[in-house]
Amino acid sequence: MRADPPGRADAGFARALEGWPPPVLDPAGPYSEPVTLLAWALFIGGTIVLVVVLAALSVALFGSSGLKRRLGGEKAIWIGGIAFPVVVLTGLLIWGLSLTSHLAAGKPTGQEMRVRIVGEMWWWRVHYLDRQGRETVRDANELHIPTGMPVMLELQSADVIHSFWVPRLGGKMDMIPGRTNRLMIQADRPGIYKGQCAEYCGGPHALMGFLVIAHTPEDFARWKASRRPAPIVDPVARRGAALFETSGCAACHVIRGTRAQGLAGPDLTHVGSRHSLGAGILPNNPGTLAGWIADSQAIKPGNRMPPYRQLGAEDLNALTRYLAGRQ
Amino acid sequence: MRFYGGIILPMALLLSACDTPELAPNAAGEASIARGRAAAAKLGCGACHAMPGIDWPRGRVGPSLNGFADRGLIAGKLPNRLDILARFVRDAPALVPGTGMPAITMSDDDASDLAAWLSSLDAR
Repeated sequence: MRADPPGRADAGFARALEGWPPPVLDPAGPYSEPVTLLAWALFIGGTIVLVVVLAALSVALFGSSGLKRRLGGEKAIWIGGIAFPVVVLTGLLIWGLSLTSHLAAGKPTGQEMRVRIVGEMWWWRVHYLDRQGRETVRDANELHIPTGMPVMLELQSADVIHSFWVPRLGGKMDMIPGRTNRLMIQADRPGIYKGQCAEYCGGPHALMGFLVIAHTPEDFARWKASRRPAPIVDPVARRGAALFETSGCAACHVIRGTRAQGLAGPDLTHVGSRHSLGAGILPNNPGTLAGWIADSQAIKPGNRMPPYRQLGAEDLNALTRYLAGRQ
Repeated sequence: MRFYGGIILPMALLLSACDTPELAPNAAGEASIARGRAAAAKLGCGACHAMPGIDWPRGRVGPSLNGFADRGLIAGKLPNRLDILARFVRDAPALVPGTGMPAITMSDDDASDLAAWLSSLDAR
């Protein structure tokens, strides 16, 4: 069973930055609050400086000569042009760095949940790790977390530079080939939090979305327990399982417990339980699943899965039924 | 005043009696159409169908739904009527066995709103 926590999913997929208040100004945890605070400080401070500069400009243009003589001269340059910016910008730099220093994680402490996320063109591998850093579950394009617990993400890239960003849960961090960058996120309320690749990574970069689904700790335990492969009894789905291995799907996708062991594309062992398809961009139902299988190029042009227009309706339905059942 | 009222009121009633069913959808109809469009976006119908008013995705697996109101048959088989359409969008294989369009879980309201919206898509 899929638990559907309240969230912003109804605001549309592939639209991580939409909605009001804007997600970047609507923090939902301790690792995004400092970002919002800093943004407001910069915005308000910038407005004050702009007003002062405009006031000085209007004095220069329209002020009486007495006023200009009193305010102008070398002293104005020293105070307004040099001392003020040096003091303000240095203060901002120190404050900003200390405010956000804990957003990027250091070494694991054993208290947090650990996940490795690997950016790919144009989706995300998700490896759930145990406290020792060993992989427990493999998934793609969405991350389930319990509320109130810090989550340490080990961010890597398999090809080009991507950037991981779930605005309501934490900062933004680049995923750089050959490196592991660590970022902390946390959700204090259950919900669906949308993310987006924030570094241009080629063709369908704008359609490289991500979902974080935060459950209460009890729901999270239930979600974990529910991820067991069920036997396939439905004959249509069984036909789909055979087709999956014979029509090419298995060359790129893993379904654990079967002969499908391809590593190029997302692991589909639990694809039926995902909230989205195509990396956080489409709702997941039999209709969108069939549409994606038959012609994902119409939905996400340039992605690496070829269209399967050669499938007839019967085969397409069988594959869809099989995959929708992979919970 | 009374004179004009005496003429205009029956005329207005007569005209509205003629025009309302075809030309002016009532308030509930407009609301239903708007909800139907939102439901199409929410359910991701665009994964297979290009639809007016939905920029992305514009799927090519199924037919474009542009001008659907003027289409004679649903899926080349069924008469294009609101009640049949509302059943078809939710459980296409039950009405047209062998179709590539799968059954999609949705509420009664979503189904009737989708039908209302599709029936509003004339080819203007």
